Amino acid sequence: MIRDITIGQFYPGESGVHRLDPRLKLILTIAFIVSLFVVRDFLGYGVVVLALGAVVAASRVPLGFILRGLKAIFIIIIFTFTMNMFMTAGEVLFRIGVLTVTKEGLYNAVFMGLRLVFLIIGSSLLTLTTKPIKLTDGIESLLKPLKGLGVPAHELAMMMTIALRFIPTLLEETDKIMKAQMARGADFETGSIFRRARSLVPILVPLFISAFRIAQDLAMAMEARCYRGGDGRTKLHELKFRRRDAVAVLLACVYFALLIGERFLPAWIFKGYF
Amino acid sequence: MSIVVKNLRHVYGEGTPYESVALDDVSLEIADGEFVSIIGHTGSGKSTLVQHLNGILKPKSGEVLVGGVNIAAKGVNLPEVRRKIGLLFQYPEYQLFEETLYKDIAFGPTNLGLSADAVDSRVREAMALTGLDFDALSERSPFELSGGQKRKAAIAGVLAMGPEALVLDEPTAGLDPRSHRDILAMIRRIREERGITIILISHNMGDVAEVSDRVYVMDGGRIAFFGTPAQVFANKARLKQSGLGLPPTLELAELLRAGGADIEGDPLTLDEAVELIDAYLERRGA
Repeated sequence: MIRDITIGQFYPGESGVHRLDPRLKLILTIAFIVSLFVVRDFLGYGVVVLALGAVVAASRVPLGFILRGLKAIFIIIIFTFTMNMFMTAGEVLFRIGVLTVTKEGLYNAVFMGLRLVFLIIGSSLLTLTTKPIKLTDGIESLLKPLKGLGVPAHELAMMMTIALRFIPTLLEETDKIMKAQMARGADFETGSIFRRARSLVPILVPLFISAFRIAQDLAMAMEARCYRGGDGRTKLHELKFRRRDAVAVLLACVYFALLIGERFLPAWIFKGYF
Repeated sequence: MSIVVKNLRHVYGEGTPYESVALDDVSLEIADGEFVSIIGHTGSGKSTLVQHLNGILKPKSGEVLVGGVNIAAKGVNLPEVRRKIGLLFQYPEYQLFEETLYKDIAFGPTNLGLSADAVDSRVREAMALTGLDFDALSERSPFELSGGQKRKAAIAGVLAMGPEALVLDEPTAGLDPRSHRDILAMIRRIREERGITIILISHNMGDVAEVSDRVYVMDGGRIAFFGTPAQVFANKARLKQSGLGLPPTLELAELLRAGGADIEGDPLTLDEAVELIDAYLERRGA
């Protein structure tokens, strides 16, 4: 049940995408998200699909596994789609009762829906191909220059590492407690919203107790190994910018050049022909 | 309550890179009132198997028949199945959540929709059966109890449902020797007083040899072999193959024989072992 959520999961592999520097992957993902908002027509999306397809193929993560992550946000996509479809003014295509569908509305709906899909696929590729530990290493390294401004880079990264590390543990714990209460006749699925909220108490109380116990054990284990923050701490796996990363940067540059070209060039290149 | 499992198969995380077959073609038959133990090393599928018995996990294929009824069939009342098959998970003390022990044990029967009086008598009965002092403990917070008492409280919470079969997943794991003996004695008492079917998962071969009518050995998601404790523990080589050992009494008899003492027979319980050693000493003395 709970274990079926794939968003934010890591897909083990040894592909080139997996082995890229996590700092670079973080920056490229952010740039990719920004680039989605530069695109204004479907030709631009063509470029996005090509780039995304190339990265997916290179990562060797099965497409089905990536698309499964979309299931979790399916409702949001449908919501955006219908909102856009019915709420945009313009040339009327057809009517369903009081609702009118316009040509512009349909166009917007498909356009926005696709943008969301690309957004999710692009960002889930980051987590699918990067181990959580490497991801937080990358974040720590990127935040380091801000240390002078008082940003506790190491502490933030450590907190994220711990939080990520314990998501599966707590999910497992929740699963176990739910099953145990179900065996005692607990019912989480029927009844009014108040009844259902009340039925969560038998899960939440044991879960909180478990979480505190786990946190305490972890704190003790860390102290027993003399953890005292990030100062003077060295890393087992140093982040290094390699040739592979340089190639990725180059390819990314091509992608951004194509997108920007697609958006701004036609305005004056093709002027004479229209 | 008889329990029959036919060709059960279960796969975790199907379609993900973490996919693993937890149960593969598992079949077993447990008669009404029988005491059956399931042994096997960690990850052999024991816990997964017993979670199918009350419909908490759904099989990929195969059937589970409880009292002759397929629990996956349409129209089967699952809460009723869960009442009939009381399932106690590993480390069950983590399921306690109420303000008082009384309320916690009453959680199950209340969920069944029983009247306050009926719930009250169920709670008193369950506490008596598990050896928890009603007057001293019922108004205490379950979190103030000792480890052994918490374990008993969790068992009482399942017993208060009025199960017709009790499934216990490592009920003595992580307990001190005294609580261990207490819990084991309690399980025997429950069986004597209620005559219900009991299924016990345990890593303690001594317990298994002592209390069970029959033993199933699991290995790699399959039933490796099964039989009476005497049959199963006679097969040392096969047990070793499945990563298991012998009960301490058998181990002792074997060591004595290796040391030249002529012990006749294979003692499964402490009493039997004492008898056989006495017999040997008498023979030697004579």
